[in-house]
Amino acid sequence: MANTPENGAIPLLEVRGLTKIFGELRACDAVDLVVAKGEIHSLLGENGAGKSTLVKMLFGSLEPNAGTIKWNGEAVSIRSPGEARALGIGMVFQHFSLFEALTAAENIALSLDSDTPIATIAEKAKSLSESYGLPLDPYSLVGDLSVGERQRIEIIRCLLQEPDLIILDEPTSVLTPQEADKLFETLERLRAEGKSILYISHRLEEVKRMCDIATVLRHGKVVNHCDPGKETAASLANMMVGEEVTNAARTPPAEGGRGDILIEVKNLNRPPATPFSIPLRDISLDVRGGEVIGIAGVAGNGQGEFFEAVSGEVLQDEPGSVRFRGQDAGKLSITQRRLQGVGFVPEERLGHGAVPEMRLSDNLLLSRHSTDSTAFLGTLGVIRGDAIATSAKRISTDMDVRKSGEDPEAAALSGGNLQKYIIGRELDREPAVMIVNQPTWGVDAGAAARIRQSLIDLARSGSAVLVISQDLDELFEVCDAIAVMHNGELSEPLAIGDATFEKIGLLMGGAEPGHVEHDRGAS
Amino acid sequence: MRIELTKRPQHSVLFSVLSPFIALALTMIAGGLLFAALGKNPFDALYFYFIDPLRETWSLHELAIKAAPLILIAVGLAVCFTSNNWNIGAEGQFIMGAVVGSIPPVLFPDIQIFLVLPIMMALGMAGGAAYGAIPALLKVRFNTNEILSSLMLVYVAQLFLDWLVRGPWRNPEGFNFPETRQFHDYAVLPEIISSSGRAHWGFVFALVAALVVWFMMSKTLKGYEVRVLGQSPRAGRFAGFSSSKMVFFAFLVSGGLAGLAGISEVSGAIGQLRPVISPGYGFTAIIVAFLGRLNPLGIVAAGLILALSYLGGEAAQISLGLSDKAARVFQGMLLFFVLATDTLIHYRIKLVMRSRASGGA
Repeated sequence: MANTPENGAIPLLEVRGLTKIFGELRACDAVDLVVAKGEIHSLLGENGAGKSTLVKMLFGSLEPNAGTIKWNGEAVSIRSPGEARALGIGMVFQHFSLFEALTAAENIALSLDSDTPIATIAEKAKSLSESYGLPLDPYSLVGDLSVGERQRIEIIRCLLQEPDLIILDEPTSVLTPQEADKLFETLERLRAEGKSILYISHRLEEVKRMCDIATVLRHGKVVNHCDPGKETAASLANMMVGEEVTNAARTPPAEGGRGDILIEVKNLNRPPATPFSIPLRDISLDVRGGEVIGIAGVAGNGQGEFFEAVSGEVLQDEPGSVRFRGQDAGKLSITQRRLQGVGFVPEERLGHGAVPEMRLSDNLLLSRHSTDSTAFLGTLGVIRGDAIATSAKRISTDMDVRKSGEDPEAAALSGGNLQKYIIGRELDREPAVMIVNQPTWGVDAGAAARIRQSLIDLARSGSAVLVISQDLDELFEVCDAIAVMHNGELSEPLAIGDATFEKIGLLMGGAEPGHVEHDRGAS
Repeated sequence: MRIELTKRPQHSVLFSVLSPFIALALTMIAGGLLFAALGKNPFDALYFYFIDPLRETWSLHELAIKAAPLILIAVGLAVCFTSNNWNIGAEGQFIMGAVVGSIPPVLFPDIQIFLVLPIMMALGMAGGAAYGAIPALLKVRFNTNEILSSLMLVYVAQLFLDWLVRGPWRNPEGFNFPETRQFHDYAVLPEIISSSGRAHWGFVFALVAALVVWFMMSKTLKGYEVRVLGQSPRAGRFAGFSSSKMVFFAFLVSGGLAGLAGISEVSGAIGQLRPVISPGYGFTAIIVAFLGRLNPLGIVAAGLILALSYLGGEAAQISLGLSDKAARVFQGMLLFFVLATDTLIHYRIKLVMRSRASGGA
């Protein structure tokens, strides 16, 4: 295996015993990693396994507590991203660090240490982008570009520094399937040129397809080095999670026809709140009792704005543009919409769905102070702590929330467990309508399966469930039909029997429904 | 080498409780050093500051008189600060409460009935609340920084009071002294136990306000709303709470209580309006609020301690010839140590050495 350098070749990067401790948490615990020249090396692991911490140490943004890093056989200490770049390490981050009001070339110039004129940089960027098949106009404003195009800027910015090792952190999480294919071609070309790539992902199929070797991390420790081509997706998942992962079982919708329309969105428009946010354009959608409808789409295409509008955090001008259970809701506040029997779960857990410094029981009141006022509040609005504690306990048991104490602060829970609690908080009400934004974002596989199953079960008991998600696998697992949001517009829902990754992917890229052509794939 | 503050994974409950006392002890030590540097015996100075005022009944009454406005204002500020609204202008709301509350005895001195006093108290609260509503309105409508607007309105209020007592409200029989007429008997807040000292009902108002606000903040949905919006505005919006309404609520409550403190002080302790009616109660109350950990019951204790520092400052001035500025420095140090100990409960200091042995090669 490549972990022991064969025939005397010095590996490009050799990491031994690298450890990073945050407080009492060993985010990376004696991690060994060897990257040879000209290989695509995958770093696999669940959220919180320590992947990002490891690469941040390699890129000099975090200082390790122990361990050695050898670069071309020589021990080095990387104290800053600047030093990492000087060695020949480049990185493309998961969350882009681009200024939207500047052009692509200006953004690239900002990250270079030299004072080369912008025109020269633009020229170089253009020729480089063409030679790698990543078309890019260096003078376009970043604010006008799609997410895929922004990622190209990051990649080209990285390539301009002629690195020997390129670190990519979850690059496909923001891409359509077609854009991802294009990225893989580029990476394979870079490998052919002898560059090494450290590829972080939790998407097993793409790792299997492209990577030469995988290092699997779990709870900060390396659990395995393997050849992903020889493993199955299931065996890789088991290494990552450490236990058998079962998919949610999607039972067929109840027999006897479809239920009543419980969510009715009709010609919903919303002007952009800021110059760079997405306006909602004429969105219409019906969800019936008993079914789960999914909204797919690349991040930042209006999903957040849509959730704010249907939840009532932002009110509509037209009372009829959002209706729940046959009643107008467009001008009702989020509290009044909850009183109509609707449950909401936002994307952000800490600071939106829950107050980080408050205990779980206090957080229960956040979404239920009005709907359950008779149970939880006495006269003069006095909070009935015992009733709330009982409910909080019931939710934790029902959803299998694993926590350190009886009633810890929300911030003390792992993302998955807090999400189970937040979803359980709404399910506990048995809502007739449930609207969830990114139900399993950053959640470990076990908790994700639990959450997805509970959404399906809720629908099958007669409720209408609307799931907004960037994770196509998830949508295909739970939904009866999938609509796609692109640039503030929503497509017609495709019944799950007709939907394929390719069709949904094309819609995510902005192709017109019924106008499916392949040339639009990567643009 | 650089200094970093890293967040502690868990903060100690024990030290959260102890921190005001540690801060107090540190203030004593630093204050002692200060007095020593001024050439005074630090033990004498601390004795006059903190022990001497507690030895006699009449001076305990004085303590209650000084503590009453501090507690009343700080209790209101606790609501404000907990909801993440930074009302620094309680001094101005105190003054406007006193001015508006003084309308009956100053402008209608001939109406002498029992109802005058309750009307004065209500007007005082209304005046303080209305003055507090100005920065709230500016914040909600124009996104103005309430720290600056509320602070600047203090100086407006001070100059307005100054103009009133020198001009239109000056006592016509007062030999041109800048004062209003003395309040008549029906307009004076009575003493609690008149046989033993001067302490007036303002202190009772303060205790009642502390209890009511404590109950609201810790037991009711309204208090929950205040805390949620203070800690996490986005989560508050998700809960259906309105942050604009909260800005008004916080400023009206704190302004109203500051106004009540103002009219109580004028009606109970001074008996007329003068150009200066407060030795900075509105600002000292900020220290009281934080020393009391924004908990109304803690604020009662903290208010008594800060009141003691006012009395002690006077005692030290008389006995040792210490400047009255020393008392202000003392209060400032106390706030500094309170905030420092609070920070250290949540964060630890880490020295980061830049050069490491593994470098080079």
